[in-house]
Amino acid sequence: MEIPESVKKRLTLPAEEYFYAGHTACQGCGASLGLRYVLKAYGRKTIVTIPACCSTIIAGAWPYSTLDVPLFHTAFATTGAVISGIEAALKAMGYKVKGEDGVMVVGWAGDGGTADIGLQALSGFLERGHDAVYIMYDNEAYMNTGIQRSGSTPYGAWTTNTPGGKRHFLEKRHKKKVIDIVIAHEIPYAATASVAYPEDFIRKLKKARNIPGPSFIQLFAPCPTGWRSPTDKSIEIARLAVQTAYFPLFEYENGKYKINMPNPKKEPKPIEEFLKLQGRFKYMTKEDVQILQEWVNRQWEKLKKLAEVFG
Amino acid sequence: MAEYKPIRKVVSGNYAAAYAVKHARVQVVAAYPITPQTSIIEKIAEFIANGEADIQYVPVESEHSAMAATIGASATGARAFTATASQGLALMHEMLHWASGARLPIVMVEVNRALAPPWSVWDDQTDSLAQRDTGWMQFYAENNQEVYDGVLMAFKIAEQVNVPIMVIESAFILSHTYDVVEMIPQELVDEFLPPRKPLYTLTDFDNPKAIGALATPDDYYEFRYKLAKAHEEAKKIIKDVGKEFGERFGRDYSDMIEKYRTDDADFIFLGMGSLMGTVKEAVDRLRDEGYKVGAAKVRWFRPFPKEELYELAKKVDGIAVVDRNFSFGQEGILFTEAKGALYNTSARPLMKNYIVGLGGRDFTLNDVRKIAEDMKGLIERGELDEEVEWYHLKR
Amino acid sequence: MKLNTLFGEKKERATKIVLRSVDEYPEAPISLGTTLSNFTGSWRTFIPIVNEDKCVKCYICWKFCPEPAIYIKEDGYVAIDYDYCKGCGICANECPTNAITMEKEEK
Repeated sequence: MEIPESVKKRLTLPAEEYFYAGHTACQGCGASLGLRYVLKAYGRKTIVTIPACCSTIIAGAWPYSTLDVPLFHTAFATTGAVISGIEAALKAMGYKVKGEDGVMVVGWAGDGGTADIGLQALSGFLERGHDAVYIMYDNEAYMNTGIQRSGSTPYGAWTTNTPGGKRHFLEKRHKKKVIDIVIAHEIPYAATASVAYPEDFIRKLKKARNIPGPSFIQLFAPCPTGWRSPTDKSIEIARLAVQTAYFPLFEYENGKYKINMPNPKKEPKPIEEFLKLQGRFKYMTKEDVQILQEWVNRQWEKLKKLAEVFG
Repeated sequence: MAEYKPIRKVVSGNYAAAYAVKHARVQVVAAYPITPQTSIIEKIAEFIANGEADIQYVPVESEHSAMAATIGASATGARAFTATASQGLALMHEMLHWASGARLPIVMVEVNRALAPPWSVWDDQTDSLAQRDTGWMQFYAENNQEVYDGVLMAFKIAEQVNVPIMVIESAFILSHTYDVVEMIPQELVDEFLPPRKPLYTLTDFDNPKAIGALATPDDYYEFRYKLAKAHEEAKKIIKDVGKEFGERFGRDYSDMIEKYRTDDADFIFLGMGSLMGTVKEAVDRLRDEGYKVGAAKVRWFRPFPKEELYELAKKVDGIAVVDRNFSFGQEGILFTEAKGALYNTSARPLMKNYIVGLGGRDFTLNDVRKIAEDMKGLIERGELDEEVEWYHLKR
Repeated sequence: MKLNTLFGEKKERATKIVLRSVDEYPEAPISLGTTLSNFTGSWRTFIPIVNEDKCVKCYICWKFCPEPAIYIKEDGYVAIDYDYCKGCGICANECPTNAITMEKEEK
């Protein structure tokens, strides 16, 4: 139904929906929210490419689609390459790509499909400078295959192939900084975002629309199933990831860094605040928490320095 | 229809492919360099640089991405092309399935090159034949002219049945060897090959579709059948397009197996690709000496022309299958296919498999003569000595 | 009003698609319908109940619904399309005035 006009102007997000209900995401899924926001930002003239990931299922089993825009399902490693091909074809066929009235070419891939198997294709896409937007929705493990660690899984996390046990076999590597790898390509626009801050995310998506060349957004998207967290806490956890500076919000635009924290003056909360709502961290010892806290501090200091020097 | 006056150019097989891509008005090329394919994409890039072709060129970072980007372009609705060889084709393997499953009429030139290790850059058909079950159609060119003609016909055929096609040529023997190729003036190519009418596009924003979603066991099976049926239907389209090509440009391709002096032959050679040029030349010489031999060149390996093979096989006493490829644990791949195709028929010629020229070892007129002598003896004795002979092995 | 949901007529039109013969299948795996025919409300254990007395029409619940199953009525209050709501409880957790409560659903 149409949202009443009087209400529309009070909404903080675009009213239009291009993401259908009836999809089969788990309860409280951050990824499905993220995809809903992407389509709100870009509207009807959007072509989405989804590789193997949770969104393969969320977007609907044949013969159904959850998206009210054209969608191409593709193989795990190929998001960056497929969106490159789509963009090239649109240009060959005379379409305007990107910009306010242009077609938006969107790659929507998980962290495994981006940080690991799809990293090469992502790099190629970024380096060649295609007019498309790549969004990595980061739920910090291979969730669709049943919660295996990815390069984007944080230190101390339980997953089904870092299961803890007597030997304390948890994830022992820190989260791969995909956004830093992306920025190393010196693309015009890269940003982090969170489903807990959809206005910020949509603002970034719209900015990406109007900046020619490749754009990249790493979206923090909680997964209650894989994180062993209550389904109603997804937004709260995502908010705490930002508030603890575990997943700080920032933008990189034409060589300049800008931090977009909701309360810039506030010191980050301790990492425990973020960890305690999630069963995946329950095997961490005090020392583990300290190791993760130090990593967060280090990354946060580095980001602040970057924003200071290249702000 | 304008009168056909061919433009003769002396070009390599790779340049013949590049000219065909230009003449087919391909819109997107995504490719990655690999010997001996590279000069195809170099030539295409040169056409673009000189303003001779209006092509979006995506210089991807791997062959896996080359096929993925080509798939993206083709799904969007563009006419898309790529080229590769050997290791690159092997890396593409996953995406070959994707292209056929999504029913995209991509055309790819594949330069047959041996797979490593040991490293080799020379001719060998195992790379393309290892892609047998990917759902692609495969056309094997004997010479540079067939590379050019093959690419043009491939687009026309692929776009009618929505199945991708590999046009396959030999490393160096064709890819880098110069020969006269009769090219077709652009306006006549345009008449022959109209713009693509896609089965679907990704630009239908008013009626958006999702392509390739998960199909449960309730639905997957039917899509496989559709692809299988498309291959069967392609046999007729191949004949029609091959015939039309002949009528327009004088080179008839209506037969999926080219028959060379097979009519009264006692036995024939069966093979694919450039080595069949050598075989045909040898057949002429053997005929002069009284051998009743012929050559049957399999142009289309997929779909496999088993009906045509049967028509040939029922008239001869023997078939020497010459394979520049090998399926480990079994035999030459064309040999397996040919035997299998005849099993449920009444044709029972003596069939022997000669494994020749792997990794580019020269296959000569003299080799064909020796094989002919061997076959003649076997037919006279009425029995095989060995089913598979590693003909070129140093002993 | 029957169409008073987020997807209105599209929801009304959505039907389950079952193909009985190979001839009914498209040539390629092209979608034929939307997921709106799939009523995920049956997944629910807890059901969100909106208390309009407490609702301040901030639309935070609408914003954070991952289905989405929350719509806005003509009077500006929010309502939940229980055909789709899976009962995740994000709306109740995020509501600043506790206007949404999660209750055990009797089935």
